[in-house]
Amino acid sequence: MALLLEQLLNGVQLGVTLFLLAAGLTLVFGIMGVINLAHGSLYMVGAYAAAVTASATGSALLALLGGLAAAALTGMAVEYLALRRLYARDHLDQVLATFGLILFFNEGMVLLFGRQPLFVNVPDGLRGAVRVLPGIDYPVYRLLIIAVGLLVALGLYLLIQRTRIGMLVRAGATNRDMVRALGVDVRLLYTLVFGLGALLAGLAGVMAGPILSVQVGMGEQILITTFVVVVIGGIGSVRGALFGAILVGVVDTLLRAYVPGLLRQVMAGPDADALGAGLASMGVYLLMALVLLVKPRGLFPAHA
Amino acid sequence: MAEPVLSVQHLVKRFGGLTATDDLSIEVMPGELHALIGPNGAGKTTAIGQIMGEITPDAGRILFLGEDVTRLSTPARVRRGLSRSFQITQLLEDDTAEDNVALAVQARAGHSFRFWRDAFGDARLRGPARAALEGVGLPPARWSLPVADLSHGERKQLELAVALASGPRMLLLDEPMAGLGASESLRMTEVLRGLKGRIPMLLVEHDMDAVFSLADRISVLVYGHCIASGTPDEIRQDPAVRAAYLSEEERV
Amino acid sequence: MHRLWRDERFWAVLLLALAALVPVVAPLLGSPATVGLATRIAIYAIAASSLNLILGQGGLVSFGHAAYFGLGGYAVGILYAHYASGEPFLGLIPGSNDLLVTMPVAILAGGIGAAIIGALSLRTAGVQFIMITLAFAQMLYFLFVSLKAYGGDDGLAIRRVVPVLGMNLRDPATLYWIALGLLALWLFLMDRIGRSRFGRILAGVRQGERRMAAIGVRTYPYKLAAFTIAGMGAAMAGALMVNYLRFVSPDMMHWTKSGELMVMVILGGLGTLLGPVVGAAALVSLEYTLSGLTEHWQFILGPILLLVVLFARGGILGGLRRLAGRPRQHQAQPLPPEELPSGELPPGDPVAERAAHG
Repeated sequence: MALLLEQLLNGVQLGVTLFLLAAGLTLVFGIMGVINLAHGSLYMVGAYAAAVTASATGSALLALLGGLAAAALTGMAVEYLALRRLYARDHLDQVLATFGLILFFNEGMVLLFGRQPLFVNVPDGLRGAVRVLPGIDYPVYRLLIIAVGLLVALGLYLLIQRTRIGMLVRAGATNRDMVRALGVDVRLLYTLVFGLGALLAGLAGVMAGPILSVQVGMGEQILITTFVVVVIGGIGSVRGALFGAILVGVVDTLLRAYVPGLLRQVMAGPDADALGAGLASMGVYLLMALVLLVKPRGLFPAHA
Repeated sequence: MAEPVLSVQHLVKRFGGLTATDDLSIEVMPGELHALIGPNGAGKTTAIGQIMGEITPDAGRILFLGEDVTRLSTPARVRRGLSRSFQITQLLEDDTAEDNVALAVQARAGHSFRFWRDAFGDARLRGPARAALEGVGLPPARWSLPVADLSHGERKQLELAVALASGPRMLLLDEPMAGLGASESLRMTEVLRGLKGRIPMLLVEHDMDAVFSLADRISVLVYGHCIASGTPDEIRQDPAVRAAYLSEEERV
Repeated sequence: MHRLWRDERFWAVLLLALAALVPVVAPLLGSPATVGLATRIAIYAIAASSLNLILGQGGLVSFGHAAYFGLGGYAVGILYAHYASGEPFLGLIPGSNDLLVTMPVAILAGGIGAAIIGALSLRTAGVQFIMITLAFAQMLYFLFVSLKAYGGDDGLAIRRVVPVLGMNLRDPATLYWIALGLLALWLFLMDRIGRSRFGRILAGVRQGERRMAAIGVRTYPYKLAAFTIAGMGAAMAGALMVNYLRFVSPDMMHWTKSGELMVMVILGGLGTLLGPVVGAAALVSLEYTLSGLTEHWQFILGPILLLVVLFARGGILGGLRRLAGRPRQHQAQPLPPEELPSGELPPGDPVAERAAHG
């Protein structure tokens, strides 16, 4: 029971990380019609910048700011230099161009920091665990990630439902031509939305640093899972991204926690662990296939 | 009285708060050219979309040749003999005019799981395709041009040729004259006059000269509802039509 | 009008004939390694051309094509592993080290895999389709990573392949000629399919699904058939690749491999017969050259890809055509004056009409 609750919390923690990435990806797609593979690279840039700042200054706050700034600036530069030229292109061109960007960013990180993973410590003061229920301790840092993720979700909700920018975002997600027809400075809106998406991706990268190791390729690993989230949730829908992210996070974590154990009852230990890990990795893709069989446009389709 | 070819019964379609089709009932009799007119936004294109199965109605039935087709997919309806042209042309832009028509001929000829024979030199496809192009009056010099290079008027002609090539037992024409110049409009009117009597047609059109000279019967749509239906003379004199239609037109 | 040098098929035959001379010429030029490079190019050309069938002809952006490349490879690898151990696969199917057995099995495996994945993925379109094909490929990747019995992450090595019809596959030139022969066969097949009724339907799918429905075509079965054929081609290439490398690992189905196959198609020229071949040659050579210059060659390759997409539309073949001054197919001819649309506005305002109709 205690283990299950802990795993559920781990799942939610993975879920909010996925949400931070999926929100940006789904907005960028919903509004600009761009499929951006390099979104994972922004996550990686944020993680690296934070890791390097932390080891240089020892300050968690500076690390956070450094990571966010690096991701947002990189994101806006990418939008300004490359993606802006791709809005009117078909998805194939977008996939290829951003594939090129991934190669560039990955190898760039290798050039700058080498192939060895960097390890980041949990900031002082956030170490240790707290009792969430009688008999169950849970790390403070992971709880903080969950809290930040949910706060961001709330903030995005308010931004989208209550502000003028949010209105344009909503209108843009359902009818792109209409927003253009309204005479809005679409370029500025695009750059802002892209910057926001990059900022959230960077935030996810900064927070994931102390939990995972910071290394080249971390972006793509999570990016593909984020795709699953976006497809399950419905492309263009922030609500769908939140729901899909938590669902995928929890399902993935529970499968990883329990499938190897179940397999070990029928086969040898190491083989069971390997196969279990593989089957657990496949789980979310199967989940996506199931969702699409029932609802080909995802659970919360934004384009009616 | 003969069985109607197409019978639309109490069709309803809502988009959010907007009722695009409001209890619409129309019939098209064998050999008849039935025109559907109405101001912008009256729901004419939506009605065609529902008859073709591209849009699912919220209520009502559609009978084609006595069969209920309300739940059938678009391809299934086309195979039963319904065929449409699009107001905004939907053509294969990279292909030549002739290839576009030949593909419709091919679709009508049955399944296309044929991987070997060269379809470009297949007389069984090319013959009927050229006949259809001739039928709509597209000059042969333009047949081998990619659609992207054709003029707007030629694309409209091609739209009609493609619709004819699928061997329809009824045609739904969505504004075949929209955007045409005066001479082109006249030519299109003559083409339709030539088809009249052979194939029943439901014609949506804003060109009133064409409508009143071609139609056997006219139905007037306002806000998705049919307010009047009758011969051109009856419609011309109908006070309700004049009021609703003309005032709408002026406002637009 | 119909000049020989404007026909892509003429160039394909010429190129293949010249390519067949590589094993003869390379030793004379003192670079025997070229044969290996040429073999890789021929194999990737088959894989890229198979992707082109769905990507270029049908406009279906599949981002998981490496999955079938890998399935073909693993069919060879797994059959060899069972041949070496003597235990039949699943207790039923005996292993084999004979290409005449393993190749058909590989093609079958790729076809079945593509049929299943395609059946599910083709229910969606657009971005969903891109992401789903990617996700299914990742799923297979993780499956093979976790199969410790077949090497897991480390992959499987194969040795002692029996001669095929008296040809020794250990001889690089022989293997190259086999790969080139299969490439020629595959291109011939693609050319036929492209011109067939089936190919016409695919071209229609690419240019307008709505039009296809309006002429009465249910496109799903055709898309699925194309997807399956493409999977079989990729699996054939994968089986060849494993025979060339004598090794198979999950890397063959890694998503970056799917990306590379797409790059080859675009780089060479999307939807053309020779484009994928030219693209495979260009990318493999570029990687070879760059990796000779620096370990960090991807740092250079990435921006090159970006620039190609942004500025070189139509790929290498498109550029060559422009250089050759080939009259563009889409060149408009002057219209007689009465054909020009007059200044008259259309009676209906299409924008308003469309908006009202949702």
